Amino acid sequence: MRYGLIADIHSNIEAFEAVLAHAQGQGVARLLLLGDLIGYGADPQAVLERCMQLVETQQAVAILGNHDALACGRAPCEMNEDAQMAIDWTRGQLKPRHTQFLLRLPLSYREEHMFCVHASAVEPESWTYVSTGHDAEACLSAAQADWVFSGHVHDPTLYYSGRDEHMFAFRPTENIPVPVPNHRSWLAIVGSCGQPRDRQVGARYAVFDSIQQKLTFFRVPYDHHAAAEKIRAAGLPSRLALYLEGKA
Amino acid sequence: MIATELAPGDVLDGFCVVSRMYAGGMAVIYEVVHEALPGPAVMKVPRLGQGESSAGIVGFEVEQMMLEALAGGPVPMLYAFSDIEREPYLVMEKIEGRALSAEVSRAPWPVEEVLQTGAAIADALAALHEMGAIHLDLKPSNVMMRPQGGVVLIDFGLARHAHLPDLLAEAFQRPMGSAPYIAPEQVLGIRTDLRSDLFALGVMLYEFSTGVLPFGWPQSTSGMRKRLKTAPHPPRALRADLPPALQEIILHCLEVYPARRYANARQIAFDLRHLDQVSVTELGLNTRRVSLSARVRDWIRGSGFEPSQIDAAELVEDHAPIILVVVALGEGDDRQQQALQRDVERVARLTPEARLAFVAVTREPPVLGTSDEATSAPREHIRLLVELRHWASGVQASAARVTHQILEDNDPGEAILNYARTNRVSHILIGAPTESGRRHLSAHVGKVVLAAPCSVTVVRG
Repeated sequence: MRYGLIADIHSNIEAFEAVLAHAQGQGVARLLLLGDLIGYGADPQAVLERCMQLVETQQAVAILGNHDALACGRAPCEMNEDAQMAIDWTRGQLKPRHTQFLLRLPLSYREEHMFCVHASAVEPESWTYVSTGHDAEACLSAAQADWVFSGHVHDPTLYYSGRDEHMFAFRPTENIPVPVPNHRSWLAIVGSCGQPRDRQVGARYAVFDSIQQKLTFFRVPYDHHAAAEKIRAAGLPSRLALYLEGKA
Repeated sequence: MIATELAPGDVLDGFCVVSRMYAGGMAVIYEVVHEALPGPAVMKVPRLGQGESSAGIVGFEVEQMMLEALAGGPVPMLYAFSDIEREPYLVMEKIEGRALSAEVSRAPWPVEEVLQTGAAIADALAALHEMGAIHLDLKPSNVMMRPQGGVVLIDFGLARHAHLPDLLAEAFQRPMGSAPYIAPEQVLGIRTDLRSDLFALGVMLYEFSTGVLPFGWPQSTSGMRKRLKTAPHPPRALRADLPPALQEIILHCLEVYPARRYANARQIAFDLRHLDQVSVTELGLNTRRVSLSARVRDWIRGSGFEPSQIDAAELVEDHAPIILVVVALGEGDDRQQQALQRDVERVARLTPEARLAFVAVTREPPVLGTSDEATSAPREHIRLLVELRHWASGVQASAARVTHQILEDNDPGEAILNYARTNRVSHILIGAPTESGRRHLSAHVGKVVLAAPCSVTVVRG
């Protein structure tokens, strides 16, 4: 079965829809939405409506991210100034049914040998960044799974064990399937769908083929100009628009 | 049934063992047959008993991953593989032909054989590198010659692919590879430079030419490190009749610092096929060992030897293309000729590593020659070469290497295309057809554009 792994959509409906269409073309049968559905971007309602529809029809499973938790008032969490401004703005946009949906989201999700979490499997609610091999080792040993899929860090990275049991970071090449056999453990940070931070435009996500045991990372073009203009029109910090345009 | 102890007639997952071909420290190889396979096959089973090193199984995983990723390249076709946790094995195409290790014992080889075999290996390496992979364990026993020609590289247990994780990574990299053949940077644990394979090719060319290994067969890491500081004896010191141009090629491959070696395997193949075009320096003429230049030595001691890391995107990008400039001697107007010269300069400026190959095409000389000495074939050839060099000297370019060649062919289009294919040219620059259109070359530009294996720029004055 093919899973679409989508993280950090961040209220970017243009990016999200482009990824959903691309995933359909890849034969994806099930979506794993890895948290931070909202925050930063200008379309929290549209993104949440789409997520709710996908979850209700059992096409997707969604888990909670730190921006989602803060927006629905579920947990306090330190944020930088731009993020906090965006969250305050986002709160004002949410209808009760959106808040209800967010309040019910799980912190992690396990299916067969896969484990999904927004940040790290080590205390998911402390939102630890996985940015070194050490962090990845801790996350994998807490998750006890062959494949861990996560987001939070916006650049895609695949952590794997080398010859000496240390974990190493691999920066995946777009469109090239990487064999991820389950006699090893793998931690894939799939990259941000709605807010790239690598000065490149496009929506990141990954497809996991559980039969072939292969993982492919994609970057899908979408109308990032429209998404950026909406951020400016909403009066959100301009840096958040520049990210989408690859200029910050 | 233990998979490393199968006997003829035993069957594993439908593969029937015909014979046990090889049993080494890391793996056992059987010839197997299976009704679903297109031809003879071999099954490779890693040794996983107690006390076997973990490198064995990781190398086996790496090989499976590489053969899958390199399908269609200069590698054996992968037919099947198993669940590694149950009973690890790989089934692949059986290469008819011999490993070069069987031929090394009769080295020194005739020069022509060194050139031909070397160029065939360089072709295979170029194809491998262009697919984003580095072999990193190149040696005669891992090079198979197909009976009908062409080289297949085997044993990818230490290989690296730019687009796949390096399963052999470790916190403190140890040298991996075969002591006589590995490059200095591999001795230091660096596994990211495709020029490491070019060094190994240089060791093989040295061995084929002289029958001697340039750095011996060191048994320890410190022994291997000697190649960082000590240059090998020039091959001509061991074999006086070796052409200086071939020594030039070999020692150019064996430079300590990767950036001073050839930039890619294609250039080596080119030089091996055009020995007369190699500009021979002191490197090629020396018959006495020279100490490495003080600059390199200081730099190794001082900065701890840090060759540039090549990342994924860079690895597959062609940094050292061969640019073919087709010169219509005595044709076309001056404006057009100048436009072509300026365009060559522009391209050369953008790719300073490029090799510029200036080529002019002339009709084949009559078989019986001519009695008139002034226009006899060799003279005509030299006259054209002088003219071509003169034309090329009008190009202000700091290209790493420049070659000049006169092709003799009654079909100029085909001659240019052949040259481009054989030498894996990556860009052709050619003048637009001139108004008369009847001239020797003009009429063939269209054919070149249509059938070229690479980009073609048609320059109009």
